Amino acid sequence: MIARRSWFITFAMLFGFAFLYVPILSLIVFSFNESKLVTVWGGFSLKWYAALWHNEPILHAARLSLLVGVVSASLATIVGTLGALALSRFGRFRGRTAFALMLSAPMVMPEVILGLSALLLFVTLKQLIGWPAERGLLTIMLAHVVLLTAYVTIVAQSRLTQMDESMEEAALDLGARPWKVFFVITLPQIAPALMAAWLLAFTISIDDLVIASFASGPGATTLPMVIYSKMRLGLTPEINALATIVVAVVATGIALAALLWRRDKTLD
Amino acid sequence: MNNWPQMWAQFFRGLYRSLSVLGREIQGKRGRAVVIGVPLLTMGLLFVLPFVIILRISFSESELAQPPYSSLWQWLEGGYLTIKLNFSNYLLLWQDALYLGAYLNSIKVAALSTLFTLLIGYPLSYGIARSNKRWRLALLMLIILPFWTSFLIRIYAWIGLLNSTGVINNLLLYLGVIDQPLALIRTDFAVYLGIVYCYLPFMVLPLVANLMRLDDTLLEAAADLGCRPMAAFFKVTLPLSMPGIAAGCLLVFIPAVGEFVIPDLLGGPDSVMIGHTLWTEFFTNNDWPLAASVAVAMLAFIVLPTLAFEHIQDRRARST
Repeated sequence: MIARRSWFITFAMLFGFAFLYVPILSLIVFSFNESKLVTVWGGFSLKWYAALWHNEPILHAARLSLLVGVVSASLATIVGTLGALALSRFGRFRGRTAFALMLSAPMVMPEVILGLSALLLFVTLKQLIGWPAERGLLTIMLAHVVLLTAYVTIVAQSRLTQMDESMEEAALDLGARPWKVFFVITLPQIAPALMAAWLLAFTISIDDLVIASFASGPGATTLPMVIYSKMRLGLTPEINALATIVVAVVATGIALAALLWRRDKTLD
Repeated sequence: MNNWPQMWAQFFRGLYRSLSVLGREIQGKRGRAVVIGVPLLTMGLLFVLPFVIILRISFSESELAQPPYSSLWQWLEGGYLTIKLNFSNYLLLWQDALYLGAYLNSIKVAALSTLFTLLIGYPLSYGIARSNKRWRLALLMLIILPFWTSFLIRIYAWIGLLNSTGVINNLLLYLGVIDQPLALIRTDFAVYLGIVYCYLPFMVLPLVANLMRLDDTLLEAAADLGCRPMAAFFKVTLPLSMPGIAAGCLLVFIPAVGEFVIPDLLGGPDSVMIGHTLWTEFFTNNDWPLAASVAVAMLAFIVLPTLAFEHIQDRRARST
């Protein structure tokens, strides 16, 4: 069955992958362009990378985005793992359906609604209890935690339900306390999945424009917000250079994740 | 100070000990309460509560104040509480052709681009699911890779291709196919293209997961009984992959309906989508109550019906 792949499927696959990669390749090629025009080739040059290196607003925004990404992905990994644990190990408890729905709903919510709801929450909280006094990095992080927790819960839960529970049961039978069972038995087994979930959450956070724009205040401008405002003004090869760096970093990250995954499979 | 590894080891041992002491304190019932409670509180406070607030603000009036909306209730003298619900935002949504048009247009654009995504994604997923194990992982990684690069950057790439001085127009002019640059960007076509491009992985991943589980013996049985491959596909493979199709379409349709970035950067001025309207009401017109009612209407009339439909489909698929 496998060898007999029709010409139609082969063509569809070639077309699909070309569709996915031609725009990215063109982006990369023009990042090495000498000319200021993004779409006309004027010779090879690395000058846009140099310009990027000296562009303080972009670098500053990139640092802020990394910070937001690391903090919110880490918080979401903790909350999401707890949620997945409750969903996969506690059997049926009262309100389980509502709990599951609450943890997965942000994934299928349009971003503008998530952003607006986060902003109105912060404004109302400020009116009621005076906190948060000003919107900025902290409010972006909190708004991101909602969306990222949903993704982490899905990944962690699928790993937890796949996992063989007999080791946990054996440890419990031998008198280990649930807390210890989690740290000694469960956590080491789901660690690669959690790492993948953290990476996924991190990339979603540093990529987000819409939620961050709503939740942010004056002074806290993340990288997507800078790129968006630059894009509205027109194309600049500096963005191509930035994009090429992002693609290179992501490709390396994916390759690492694939290696981790393969190691994890062989351990099983 | 030169013995870092040992210091770290000691640090982690200490951390583990204190955690396990803490853990012993909150064992049993209380431990359970923590495991359920932390996500419950986080999502309750940051996700569910805001919807109540959105609903509340959608009934207030826009005001020149900080924050720019009126309060719903007021204490009058003598302890009377008055509650003023203002339905004018919803009336405006219903009566003004701009908003209704934006809703309908969003549904149309999202539905059509979901269909296009399925048409491109299905054969692609089929090919990936049917390839051998070694290739499959690599091909899946190739699908995921663009998804992990920035969303904005992928749209930026298309602007570079579609512009009137862009790569496609330059190429066609050079080849002599056209003598005037085509208007590719700022059209509906560009919006469809952008959505299909950005959401293709969301369609492919559930489909591949579904098609990989397809039992080959069913197709062999169909072939043995004289069924042609094409007919076997429509009678066996396609019906069995319905749950994957439904999941993929849901993951594309819902975010596409509320999409802001793609219509903003690739779309033309006359095809307005509702996510874009919400953004404009909020950021440009500073009308928070109207933005809130746009969000409530989007939830009530687009997101919730789609989720309910998906839920029913899912249950039906499981029962058969």
